[in-house]
Amino acid sequence: MTEQITEATPMKDTTRSLREARLKKRHAAEKRFQWYGRLSIAFGIACVLFLFYDIISKGHGAFFQTYINMEIEFDGEKLGLTPDSSEEEIRAASFNSFFKKTLREKYPAAETRREKSQLYAVFTSDMPLILRDMVIADPSIIGTKQTVSMIADDDTDVYVKHALGTDSDISRMGDFQRSIVDDLHQRGMIEKKFNAIFFSNSDSREPELAGIRGAITGSFLTLMVTLLMSFPIAVATAIYLEEFAPTNKFTDFIEVNINNLAAVPSVIFGLLGLAVFINFFGMPRSVPMVGGFVLTLMTLPTIIISSRASIKAVPPSIREAAMGMGASKVQTVIHHVLPLAMPGMLTGTIIGMAQALGETAPLLMIGMVAFIVDVPGSVTDPATVLPVQIFLWSDSPERAFVEKTSAAIMVLLTFLIIMNSTAVWLRKRLERRW
Amino acid sequence: MKKILLQLVVAASVANVSAATARDSISIVGSSTVYPFATVVAERFGKSSNFSSPKVESTGSGGGLKLFCKGLGVATPDITNASRRIKKSEYDQCQANGVTDIVEVLIGYDGIVLANAKGAEPMQLSRKDIYLALAKLVPGADGKLIPNPHKTWQDVNPDLPATKIEVLGPPPTSGTRDAFAELALEGGAKKIDDIKTLRELKADQVDEIEKMVAKLGIEPAWAAAVEKKGAKATGKDVVKIIGRSVREDGAYIEAGENDNLIVNKLKANPNALGIFGFSFLDQNADSVQGSTIDGNAPTFEAIASGDYVVSRPLYFYVKKAHIGTVPGIEEFLTTFVNADTIGEDGYLIDKGLIPLGEEAYETMSSSAIALSSLEM
Repeated sequence: MTEQITEATPMKDTTRSLREARLKKRHAAEKRFQWYGRLSIAFGIACVLFLFYDIISKGHGAFFQTYINMEIEFDGEKLGLTPDSSEEEIRAASFNSFFKKTLREKYPAAETRREKSQLYAVFTSDMPLILRDMVIADPSIIGTKQTVSMIADDDTDVYVKHALGTDSDISRMGDFQRSIVDDLHQRGMIEKKFNAIFFSNSDSREPELAGIRGAITGSFLTLMVTLLMSFPIAVATAIYLEEFAPTNKFTDFIEVNINNLAAVPSVIFGLLGLAVFINFFGMPRSVPMVGGFVLTLMTLPTIIISSRASIKAVPPSIREAAMGMGASKVQTVIHHVLPLAMPGMLTGTIIGMAQALGETAPLLMIGMVAFIVDVPGSVTDPATVLPVQIFLWSDSPERAFVEKTSAAIMVLLTFLIIMNSTAVWLRKRLERRW
Repeated sequence: MKKILLQLVVAASVANVSAATARDSISIVGSSTVYPFATVVAERFGKSSNFSSPKVESTGSGGGLKLFCKGLGVATPDITNASRRIKKSEYDQCQANGVTDIVEVLIGYDGIVLANAKGAEPMQLSRKDIYLALAKLVPGADGKLIPNPHKTWQDVNPDLPATKIEVLGPPPTSGTRDAFAELALEGGAKKIDDIKTLRELKADQVDEIEKMVAKLGIEPAWAAAVEKKGAKATGKDVVKIIGRSVREDGAYIEAGENDNLIVNKLKANPNALGIFGFSFLDQNADSVQGSTIDGNAPTFEAIASGDYVVSRPLYFYVKKAHIGTVPGIEEFLTTFVNADTIGEDGYLIDKGLIPLGEEAYETMSSSAIALSSLEM
């Protein structure tokens, strides 16, 4: 042995240089590996930033709406009303012709039919209804002059936002309509205000009147059903499988199936929902309840898997201590294991819910992709959800829907970020390490 | 305890649904082309009447009619939209399921345009050019049909520019694609003499059909037609199969059902053409331009007069048995056929619908208001 070492001594320099070269190589490989990681992260961040930039640059405009402040005389004679008129009389009055007449008086230049229709088209088509509602709310304004903040039509809105004062022909407005908007602008009657309509209205085919309230309510109702159904079922399943079930082929089979289900494309759950809930049980189409059931099927595996993991993480010593103090198996689970596993379960649930919130494909199958104007009041009213609303708007021909689409995406992303960061926060805050 | 409560709540809501047999809002399904029009009417109807706004689903014409013909009762839709007329087979299906009385309403027309980005050279095409550029099989040098060899528009027609054939269009599930294949592609195929001859052969002229099929080298299509129709297969059926197949070698790019997406892609690629509905051309007139087809530009007037040939009728169908069961159907129908809606100056016309002629409108609206049942 010693001989060998002495023999090796003359070779020492070569060995060292070899070793150093190898070491250098290994360090370089490590550096390279770290750089690969950094580059992938940078790529990911760049993609996210690009997505955010694209969405925000397209969508920020939707949070503002063009209004035209115009003085309108609620002439009792023209309307055939007095301040004492009853609500029925006001409803029966022709606000449509009153509104058109008022506009024609303000812009006598509109002579031909074409010019007149371009004049009316500056404002949203719902303007007469809005004026009527103003009068119903306060009949005493009849016979007075009021400055009304009138909602601009989507074409006017696009023009004011993007093309005012430029030569671009981005809007589909006619020359006459353009001259009116330019004139209104010069007289300082055009004002951009925060778009409250976007949050207070439901879907509409007029982009200036379209909002996300219906979709948000639908999403909320659907998620509530999903939560009420999936959380208890998932927790019960997880507890039984972890704490009570014997380990045999059958439970193995169930476990494999649960893991499989988590990977099934969501549209398949939609088909299942269509076959089972709508065709077999005869539940109505397009309602949040069926949507919630379908999303329950989809989120169950996610919640079960994370719940099982967090139950597994509770150290056996806690169970043994409880049993040692004479607690029954059920008491051990309910009093000790469950509270300790709860943070993990909640995290899994929130992530599952966030997934469900962003889901569109299964809802296509059960008819939740629909044009619905009324805000749903219960889980059995027809409703749509936020991602579906985005899908519907992205396919609408009106140009003004482009910014609405991006704005709705921003709202959806906000909800998702809030939910996911709550999950992270909960985990950080409540998780215990043993 | 809480869990039991939750379960009770869920059970109660389930029970509630099975009890809810009545529906107070109209349910509309059907074509994605009619959807933008039907939704506008639905919204205005809800605002101006005491009824709640109808619910409109976009399921495609075929999907809509399937749901519609499933039977009677609140679980089935009351109205379905279609961007083509109901087929005999669908009508029979309806009859078999108890949907015997159907009111048919023709609301107007929709043009299908082939457009490219503004700034690119405007295209002047004929239906024959479109067929030769986009069909799967086109006549070769010896008259036999061969897989489409054309790479540029100039290969198709020497008058056209030498740009690569690149057309973005909807996938086979789309009604727009069906209509385009039927009107533009098959319409162009008919301009080829041999195909025209074949098309006129009836079912009893089997020998002549077989001779023609052999001359064109399209035996598989003939076999497919025979398989489908048996002894009733005609030359027309063969032409349908040949004329409506779109090439699959990359010149025709399936761009999804989203027409806005196609418009955006055209802006990015000035050499490409896109296929979409007229309302999208109308809304994006600043960035895309329609190609002329057979000498007519896709304008409002040309589509309305029928000079622009690639256009199709838009319908909706009403289940008569539901009138009286679901509130508001009759009123909705009246609102829809009102001159304020689909007349020459109606608000749907502003949304891109091509109106019926005056006479056709009068006949249609009176028969719709009288709720005359469709006979086929």
